[in-house]
This record gives sequence, structure tokens and C-alpha cells, in this order.
Amino acid sequence: MIEPIVKPRRKNPLQRTRLPTSPPRARSRASHGFTRAAAEGRFMLQRCGACGAFCYPARDACPACLSADLVFADAPRRGTLLSETTLHVPADVHFRERAPWRVGLVAMECGPKLVTHLHADCEEGRPVVMSFQLDKSGQAVAFAHPERETPNMADDRQWREMTADPKFRRVLVTNGRSIVGQEVVAALKAAGASIVFVGVAEPWKPFRGEEALRALEGVEIVPLDIGDEKSVADLAADIGGKVDILVNTTEHVRAGGLLDRQGTSVVRDEIDQSYLGFVHLAQAFGPVMRMRGADGVNSAAAWVNILSVYALANWPVFGAYSASQAACLSLSHSLRAELRPGGVKVVNVLTGPLDIEWFQTVPPPKVAPRAVASAIVSALKRGLEDVFVGDVAEDIRQRLAANPKAVERELGA
Amino acid sequence: MDSNGLMQFAGAVASGAVRVVDLTFTLSPDFPVIVLPPEFGQAAPVRIQQISRYDASGPAWYWNNLTLGEHTGTHFDAPIHWFTGKDLPNNSVDTLPVRDMIAPACVIDCSAQAAKDADFLLTIPVVEAWEKSHGRIPERHWVLLRTDWSKKGWRDYANLKDDGAHTPGPDAAVMRWLVEERGVIGFGTETIGTDAGQAGHLDPPYPAHHFLHGGGRYGLQCLCNLDQLPPTGAVIVAAPLKIQNGSGSPLRVLALVPGQG
Amino acid sequence: MQSSIRTPYDRVVMAVPVTIPYVRYSIESAQWWIGRALKALVDGAGITPRDIDGFCVSSFTAGLDSGISLTQHFGLCVRWIDTIPLGGASAIAALRRAARAVQAGDARIVACVAGDTNHVDSFRYTLENFSRFNQDAVYPYGAGGANASFALIARNYMRTFGARREDFGRIAVAQRSNALRNPHALMKAPLTLDQYMSARPIADPIHLFDCVMPCAGAEGFLVMSEDVAASLKLPAVKILSTIERHNAFGDDPVQVRGGWAMDVDELYAMAGVKPDDIDFVQTYDDYPVISMMQFEDLGFCRKGEGPDFVRQHDLTIDGSFPHNTSGGQLSVGQAGAGGAYLGMVEAMRQVLGQAGPTQVGNARIGLASGFGMINYDRGLASGAAILAGPGS
Repeated sequence: MIEPIVKPRRKNPLQRTRLPTSPPRARSRASHGFTRAAAEGRFMLQRCGACGAFCYPARDACPACLSADLVFADAPRRGTLLSETTLHVPADVHFRERAPWRVGLVAMECGPKLVTHLHADCEEGRPVVMSFQLDKSGQAVAFAHPERETPNMADDRQWREMTADPKFRRVLVTNGRSIVGQEVVAALKAAGASIVFVGVAEPWKPFRGEEALRALEGVEIVPLDIGDEKSVADLAADIGGKVDILVNTTEHVRAGGLLDRQGTSVVRDEIDQSYLGFVHLAQAFGPVMRMRGADGVNSAAAWVNILSVYALANWPVFGAYSASQAACLSLSHSLRAELRPGGVKVVNVLTGPLDIEWFQTVPPPKVAPRAVASAIVSALKRGLEDVFVGDVAEDIRQRLAANPKAVERELGA
Repeated sequence: MDSNGLMQFAGAVASGAVRVVDLTFTLSPDFPVIVLPPEFGQAAPVRIQQISRYDASGPAWYWNNLTLGEHTGTHFDAPIHWFTGKDLPNNSVDTLPVRDMIAPACVIDCSAQAAKDADFLLTIPVVEAWEKSHGRIPERHWVLLRTDWSKKGWRDYANLKDDGAHTPGPDAAVMRWLVEERGVIGFGTETIGTDAGQAGHLDPPYPAHHFLHGGGRYGLQCLCNLDQLPPTGAVIVAAPLKIQNGSGSPLRVLALVPGQG
Repeated sequence: MQSSIRTPYDRVVMAVPVTIPYVRYSIESAQWWIGRALKALVDGAGITPRDIDGFCVSSFTAGLDSGISLTQHFGLCVRWIDTIPLGGASAIAALRRAARAVQAGDARIVACVAGDTNHVDSFRYTLENFSRFNQDAVYPYGAGGANASFALIARNYMRTFGARREDFGRIAVAQRSNALRNPHALMKAPLTLDQYMSARPIADPIHLFDCVMPCAGAEGFLVMSEDVAASLKLPAVKILSTIERHNAFGDDPVQVRGGWAMDVDELYAMAGVKPDDIDFVQTYDDYPVISMMQFEDLGFCRKGEGPDFVRQHDLTIDGSFPHNTSGGQLSVGQAGAGGAYLGMVEAMRQVLGQAGPTQVGNARIGLASGFGMINYDRGLASGAAILAGPGS
């Protein structure tokens, strides 16, 4: 039975903050098949192309037939918990701080046996559902849930170490001017965030949805112009220590590539808003978030970017925009590595064209702002890192996996 | 004038016999800027990027890089800024005559009217009424429209509604008249732009820009402290940056007025 | 199960059982400890290092060195060499390799040594670098060593066969009683069943006294032909039989038996003895549940009867089933790979009548068993040997 977590009390300012530690990080190359699965929320195991057997842990030859044709494939998640133990005195400092810690051995219906972290409601001898999660070192680990839903399931202490659940956390949504930003605010509030700070630049300029935003309970509008380093630094000075989740809802979309534009004033805006804005936010909020990665129930847990899927493959109709998104995607990978010692996840939500005015002439399917918001909340709750939202994003992802050169030509048609 | 007169003038500034009034807003990233339809190129907002501040990036010094548009904050418009002035000689900030950068000003107080009506337009009758009290506007003088708009909070200062900005300014007739009948050197306002917020609907649209720059004259905007100036007798120092082919620049606008002592 | 008996260990013997007394922490290197053992072997045999022409070594903490680098380190010129990384099964494997080499004439006097140091971070370093599967699929779960893996095995064994903690406690308590007679045992205080039961939990059901104490130390023995031993006037141990098996029963969902179960008939057939003929047993006791499995898999009772066996027998030196007579790793300490040799070396002493305070009366035939290398979820390596004294 999971006791529901309670809203944390105010932090005692005289007490030292517990610093983040990492669970063991080293992994073989083959094991990163699980990292990829965990990042996207898939459950994959190596499957032998010659004899069809699943095997675990990851290896370089099939233990049934010695074939080297081992490929990571989606696998059935069901298994039975064979044995479990509670670690009271783990040798590793990360787990020692978090003891008692429960692990077990699961026999998968599809064959292999997994040493796994356990949700508190898993019972020996009973069926479990497996997933791979990214732990606080950013590496994939197995996690078992009971097959049936139990009360307060998401509040499991070990599960919360794997996720960035918004419940009782304080969130900064960097841009409340856009519809997407407003939907994100609403979704996070509904997911139990204790407070949502919403950044609004140029407060002297009115915007659609402003009244409704101001009227929301537990939502505080703060001045934030991410293109201005001082504005970002000033906000971080005020609330940096209270930002557990940062959602970067910067939105600056303009059509056009290289040759159909004159000069660089539009490009400069793109760079200023998207790229430099990212840099300002990272420099101002990153260090304190990284330091607070183990700071209680409302520890700093995640940084979310909303990026265009065209960061992966340039769409010349929005060529300059695609390039600035590609730059931000690369920055996000740097940020991910730099925040990792704090156990703070960087979550990239990649979407196709949004259903907003700047993609007005683009034919459907387009992604509703609400769908982006809901994908973000889901990613935070499931501890995902790379999320593709909508049909176009998924389509691009699959085509890139099959043949990136074809994608380049198809988008450039 | 001989050098003795100039020295007397310098002494008067130093002693306060001539008071220097700063008509300039601080150039900062959060100051409202002109908002054009999103499809058009936008003026860059002011960006101040610290290079170093007595730190590892520069141990003994503090300095910044700036990004800003020519028409950001308190700024000067040159004739080349508008299509009506594009072919005039000496029409950019780097070529216009430097003696134009020091000129006296007439300050017309319309603060009461502007307080009642955000779309207040300065008209010929209003100026003529002013002239009755203060005399005819001399040639090569600045005309500064005091509305006390600069005292507002920035939301009300920009005053953006569903149909654009609502801020006071001149109508078309008075602008043509000030340029052609009074030979003004330029027109200055406290608002964002020498034209009224809704001036796009006037005929011609944006008549301050149209007639000033078409006549080889200048604009000043985002001025403040006009309420500290006498209706006549102030001398304006407005020297824009010497930007190659520049259409305007942010600048320090100073008014010299009689002081105490 | 093999149907034919393997080649007997005729005319090859073991001699000079050596233990370098353990210490909890040592600033010396593994090389230092191995060197101490080599010196003791050479002195004990009355030979010089130049007389050693075969060398077999096991160590977790020798860092960059394996057997070959140690030949130059210690000035050995050998014509047979092996480095055995089988953890707790290393002594059995070393004996098997060395004995065949001597039998074939490939070497004359083989030194078999295991030695490890214990710095304050040795244990953690060993865990972090144990095996690829461990790195990928066990260590990230906070397991921190074999504790969690054996906890899972122990729990499953308890559920499957009805073993209780008290049953494992009987093994630990008896070994402690034995250890009190061993001046070199690191654990010096008596242990009661109550103390065993109420000790702090480590990883359920493993509690404090189920765990060995890592320490620094070294063990070793010589393997040579019968004639060489006679010429050196060394009391000699006969090797009646050995077995070795790795990665057995991989399809058992959780490990409940070790490789010995596959070859136990051959072990006794080759030795020409039955379990009843065994005067003492030295099992690999990391953890007590594995000792219980060894009782079953080495023929002393049937699978699942381990708990009952332990309740029915007195496992002390003077009892009905002398077991881990020097105290085992649980009470003496685990000197890394030395833990593999601890039972073998004590078994040699027993059959040679040289065990002193821990001597089992009339010990003529004994069994030493090895187990180890939890690569992922089970111990992969196993082996056993039946030894006899000169008189039998």
C-alpha cells in the first residue's frame, strides 16, 4: 500500500541542501539499446534474428544459437516476480542514502530474467509489468510495476526517482504569450504542480488569453524576456531556487529559407529568441537546478524543450526556423550532459507543425497545442527523454530511421 | 560670438545659471518599442550583453556589447528614414549638418487634452492658440509636443489595443503647415513615434514622417521631462550617432534652460 | 552425467599448505601478499624459488598484473603458468590444472597461490569492475556486491524448500565455534543463534552474520609428483578425485543448485568412496545458503533436505559432521581469491594431521568445494575435490 506523498513543507533555510549523487553509470555499448528504449518509453529486448529467442542482459552473441544477429525489438512486458529483497545497507552511496531499497528478479513471459527495481506494490509470485526507465545517472534500468493498478501508484518512492512527476513540484513555463504556453500551464496545474510561474516578455503588449491566465489559481505571471540576459538572470535570482521543472515554451516561427529573405533581421530574431534565449535560461537556471536534484519531494527534476521535428531534418519552406531548431536540439544535448550529474532530465518534445497561426497555410495533420501540453505532462510522469508528438513527427522519425537522404529530398521537394 | 561668450556659456552651465535638463529615457531592454505587423521586419529590442565584470572574462574591467535598433528608446529620425526624404541631399545621420544638432525649441503643452483623449491630435488651431500667448513659432526651431505621456506606466504608455496603439500626435494638416509655413527644424514627442498611434488612418498616413522627412527635417521621440521646459527659450542639443548611412539613432537629448543663479 | 571415469590422479600429490594470516585492512599490495605466500611455500618445502617451474595464481586486486608479470616480479622461471579468475572455485581449478601438468611431466613443482589485499576502497572497486553483465544489469540496482544476488537466491530457496533463517544460523554459529579455536580467525567473539537472528538486516533475508568480512591475506599449496615429495621428505596429500562445472542449470529460473549436482556421481566414483566415508567437509560459505546447497549437491542429502540435514547434525569440529573446521570465510575472513583456497588448504592440514587446534580426530578423507563468480543472477563457477592423507 502506497501512502500518498504529502505536499512538502517550506524548506528550512538553515539546513544544508542534500547534494545529488548518481547511481552506477558504466554500461556496455550493447546495453544502450535499453537507453534508447527508456528515452522513448518503449520496452525492448535483444531478439535473435536467427532463432527468435529473446535474451538479457545485452550481449554480442545469442546464448541459444551463437548467432551475432541480435537486434533490439519491442518485447512483451509481462513477467512474474520470482524473488525479491530489500537492500538495507547498499554499498553504493546513492542507494545507501535511499535505503531501504527494493529489488527483485523477474522471469519474463518471453523468456529472459531481469534483475529489476520494484514498485512497492509488487508481490512475489505475482505478475508484473516491466519498463525501462532512465535513472538519476541517465542510464536505463529495469522497473517492475504490479499488473493491476493500485492506489497512489505514482507516489511510490522508488518510482518518483525515475520520473519527474509534476505533483507538488514548482514549474516555470518560460513563455505564457503563446497558446501552447497557456495550455502547458493549465496541464501542469491539473497534474498537481503546486505553483506555475509563467514568463511574459514585454508586459506592455497585451496578448490573447492574458485575462484567463491572470485569473488562474496557483499561477504567477513573472516578467521574463529570454532574449535579455539580465531579465533571465533577475528572474533566476528571485525564483531560481524554486524551479523544479522548467518548460521552455519559446515560440518563434517564421516561414522562409535563405534565398527568399532579404537580410538577417528575421534570422536574428530567431537566433535571439530560440538560441540565445536557451543559453540565457540554461546559464541562469541550470546550475541551481543541477544542485537541487536530490532536494526532497520537490527536487529539481526536469527541463523540457518544445522543439520542431524539423530540427532533425530541415524543411526548406521553414528553412531558417528548422536550422535554429537544429541548433537548439544540439544545445539541449549539451545541457542534458551538463545537468546529468544533478539527476535532472532534459526532455525534448518534438512536434510537427503546430495548429497555430504561423503554420496556418500548412495542411493537416497539425498538432493541437493541448496535445503538446498533454505530451509534456505524460513525459514527465513517465520519465521519458525523447518524445515525438503527432503523426508528422512520428512519420519523420520513422523515415529518418529508414533513410535520411530520402527525407532530405522529400522535404526539399 | 567670440570665445569669451563661449567661455561665459560654459561657466553658466557649470554654475547652474544654465540648467541642463535630460530629456532622455534610460536605454534598457524592457523599454517599449514600436510594434509593427509581425510579418514585417522588427526593430531589435535593446540587448545589453556583459562581456566581463571584474571577473575571469576581464579581471579589471567591466564592459558590455549592445544590440539595438536605430529607432529604439529616445531616438532621432533622419530624413532618409521615410520614403519622402530618400533622395534629399545630406539626409542620413552621418551627413546631416551638425549645426542642426543644436537648436531652440517651442514646447506646446497639450497634457490636459491628452489626459482626456489618448487619440488627441495636435491641429493648426491649437498651435495658433499657443502662438497667441507665446508668439509666432520662429524658423529652425524644434516644436515639442508635451503630453506628459512619458509619466505613464509602460502598459499605458504603449497603450496597445485590438486595433493598434492609441497615443497622441499631430494631424496631417498641422504637420504640413509646421514644415511649410513655420520652417521648423523638427518635431518631437514623448510617445513612441512622432506620429499618433492611429496615424496610419490619416491622409497621408503617418503625416509627421511624411512631411518632416519629405522636407528634410528631423524627428525626436520618447522624450521625457518636457514639463520642465519653458514654452520658449530652451535650446535642444540632439546629436545622433554618426552611423554610416544611418536612418536615425538612439541619443542623449539635452535641453538647456535658464537656471537659478 | 559422465559414464566413464576420468584419469585418476596417480603419482601426483599436494604438499605444504600455507596461510599468510589475514588482516582487515592492509596498505600492502596484492603482490606483497602473494610474495609472502610464495616465500612460505618455498621455505616450507625446503626449496629455492628456482625450483618452482610451474605457477598458478588467482587475485582480484593485483591490478595490472597477471601470472606472467608476476614471474618477473618474483624471479620465477616457469614452464607452465596459469592465471585463474574463477573466484571461489579458483583453488579447485588450480589443483586440476597443476595436477595434470605434473602428471604429464609438463612441470615438476607447481606453486598454486591466491592472494589479495584490502584497501578501504578495494571492495567497491572489485564490485564496480566485476563483469560486464554485473556492470550493465546488477550494479545499477544498488546491489553493491553479491548481497542482493544471494538475497534473491536465499529467499527463493527459503520459499521453495521451507528453510528458515535459523537453519542458516546453525551453520554460521557452528563455524564461529570452530573459529574460536583458530588463532588466525579475524572474528574472535562467540556467536549465539539469538545474536545471529537479531543481527542487522543487510538485504532481506541476508543479515550481518550471513556476510563474510573482506580482508587481506594469502593462501597456497604446492603440487608435485609423489617422488619429488618423497625426495623432499614432505608429507603428501593424495587427490582422490575432482570435478569442475561452469554455468550449469542455466534454465533454473532462480539458482537452487550448483554445478556439482551434474557431476557428483563422478566425484565419488572416481574417488572410490561414498559420502559416508567423508570425515569433514569444507564448503564455500559465501553465503550459508550456498553451503546448504553444497550439502545437497555433493551427496550428503537430497535437494531441499538441506535445512533438515543442518538441524540433524552437529557441524562443529567434534560434531557429527565437521564443517568448515577453521571457521570458514564467515568467521576467518574472505581474503579475496584467498577465500577459494581457505577450504582447500584447511582440508590439506586436516588430512595431514597438521590442523592443530582445529584438528578433526581421525581425519583421513575430506572434501573441499569451491563456488563463485556471480556474473549476473547466479554463481557460474563450481568445483570440488576429495583429498586423502598419506595413511589412507
